[in-house]
Amino acid sequence: MAQIIIKNLRKDFGDFTAVQESSFTIEDGEFFMLLGPSGCGKTTTLRMIAGLELPTSGEVFIDGEEVSQKPARERDIAFVFQMFALYPHMNVRNNISYPLKSQGMPKAQIKQKVAEVAHILGIEDILNKPVGGLSGGDRQRVALGRAIVRDPKAFLMDEPLGALDAEFREHMAEELRALHDRMGATTIYVTHDQLEAMQMGDKIVVMNHGVVEQFGVPQEIYDWPATMFVADFIGSPSMNFLHFQGNVEKGDRTVHLDGHSFYVPEQLQGASGDLVFGIRPENITLSDDSPYRAQVLATEYLGTTQIITLETANGTIKARVPSTKPVKMGDAVGLTFNPRNVTLFDKGTGKALISEGNKGVLDHG
Amino acid sequence: MSGFSITEPSNRTKWIAGVLVISYALITIMPLLWIIATGFKSPSDSIAYPPKVVFQPTLEGYVNLFTTQTRITPDMQDKLQPPTTWYEEIVRDKGMVIAGPSRFGQRFLNSVIIGFGSTFFSVFLGTLAAYAFSRFKVPIKDDLLFFILSTRMMPPIAVAIPIFLMFRQLGLSDTHLGMILLYTAVNLSLSVWLLKGFIDEIPLEYEEAALIDGYTRFQAFYKVVLPQAATGIASTAIFCLIFAWNEYAFAVLLTSGTAQTAPPFIPTIIGVGGQDWPAVAAGATIFLMPVMIFTILLRKHLLRGITFGAVRK
Repeated sequence: MAQIIIKNLRKDFGDFTAVQESSFTIEDGEFFMLLGPSGCGKTTTLRMIAGLELPTSGEVFIDGEEVSQKPARERDIAFVFQMFALYPHMNVRNNISYPLKSQGMPKAQIKQKVAEVAHILGIEDILNKPVGGLSGGDRQRVALGRAIVRDPKAFLMDEPLGALDAEFREHMAEELRALHDRMGATTIYVTHDQLEAMQMGDKIVVMNHGVVEQFGVPQEIYDWPATMFVADFIGSPSMNFLHFQGNVEKGDRTVHLDGHSFYVPEQLQGASGDLVFGIRPENITLSDDSPYRAQVLATEYLGTTQIITLETANGTIKARVPSTKPVKMGDAVGLTFNPRNVTLFDKGTGKALISEGNKGVLDHG
Repeated sequence: MSGFSITEPSNRTKWIAGVLVISYALITIMPLLWIIATGFKSPSDSIAYPPKVVFQPTLEGYVNLFTTQTRITPDMQDKLQPPTTWYEEIVRDKGMVIAGPSRFGQRFLNSVIIGFGSTFFSVFLGTLAAYAFSRFKVPIKDDLLFFILSTRMMPPIAVAIPIFLMFRQLGLSDTHLGMILLYTAVNLSLSVWLLKGFIDEIPLEYEEAALIDGYTRFQAFYKVVLPQAATGIASTAIFCLIFAWNEYAFAVLLTSGTAQTAPPFIPTIIGVGGQDWPAVAAGATIFLMPVMIFTILLRKHLLRGITFGAVRK
């Protein structure tokens, strides 16, 4: 198992830059998520770590060794493909043992290894079947088997659950995470599904347009997004943006929205002009006393909570509130915001302004 | 009728379809059956008019095909030992003796060497080229592919004279190597294009998985790509073999003695007193066999292959 360090990694395809100068570190044994929308460069980054793509510039260290220009077979990593890429002309056993054969491992040992892996994954009964007729879940397990059978330095997974049915995906996600906890193997997992990333990852890198937007543990990223992109991409519904014109000074603890004053974490960075007040839907409370008024545009009932779409003087927002209090379309309500998790953004740069709240989170990224 | 189904044809439709298919099959197979039958007729039956459908089968045509014969006088025949084999007997009955084997066997062997040799090289080189075109960044790839295809935009025989001169200069005339090279050159464009289509259909991920699993690029190619391209390779091989096997014009032009193939040889089989049609038909029948066997062996692949990978999964 190994630590993986990515340093200033860059990939150009002709004029198009897929990945721009990314840097982050994956600690030994971490379940690491590469998250972003399609085309953000996450898969390209993974493929550069695997050696399926050579970087234009930058370095990849696996276990302290710089490998960015080495062929994949010399990196000792395993890769789980989105469509599994099981060799269609071989049965399950041969698929799993294929990486061992390349190492010239004796047959008896291969047999024993395959049996071990089959036991871990619970696929002993299908070892002699052709891969063609397998269900999605079994294919997934065989692909995992092929990856874990040789104890690689790291597992790289490219949306491994993307090809599965929604109901089965949840189950496999749990299985994957359990497998990881059991083996303690460094895992890099690419996904565009923010829920999957939050649910499974020890750490997340959020990428967009080839740029690393933020890097950290799931809760930090959720609570303290570094950019408006991350704030918008993570969470469902995503973070609300209340747009306002103003001036924030270092040390400020309030901002003014539509003439009303709201508390924010103490600001450590000043800014002026077009600013954004970012707040998660669950940190908005409906309060009849509040002078900051909004009109209800729509409500979605979700059982214990409801999502309420509100029209405010600073833009349309969504609030997640308990279902106990009925709200009707067209109602005028007052809003209060929990100041603990407010992030201010500079609309021009899209970046969060440093405050007492997010300083620890944003410093290390 | 109980109802209308989009997938299940009605009985009447099935019946009509069956009649049509069988009639078409009969029409296409008729000449073939006629040739096979003629091979077993006696020379007089073969030219009888009206044509005989029922006749006394004989292997005379096949014996004539494989032997050269000399007429002998009846008193000489009396002095000879009685015939020891069934084919000698057939020949003696005509008042002739076997002088030796004919050249058919050797011509047939030439066809086998040249046909299968050129098929092997067409498919071998075609697979490598198609793989490179499919997977690697090749400069001016599209132009090269068009250039390769353009060799088929005129009938190959249109360049017969330059090829004839070239072969004479290079000493390739009437050699096996020359014919193999020629047929390979003609077939290669077809094989590159067909195989590129098949290889394009094989997802890149399989090779990448093999690269990750510790194999080199070349190992990934022959252990992972080749088995999956088997269908395409088989159908390409059939097309190449059929062309090389049946090719007549170049064979007439460029071969005469050592490397002559069966197609230009068969029409030259002349018996005593006119064309020996049973022998010609016997030659054609035997000539058909290798391609037919090859095609039947690879039929499963061919049927899947001619859908050009559209339904592969």
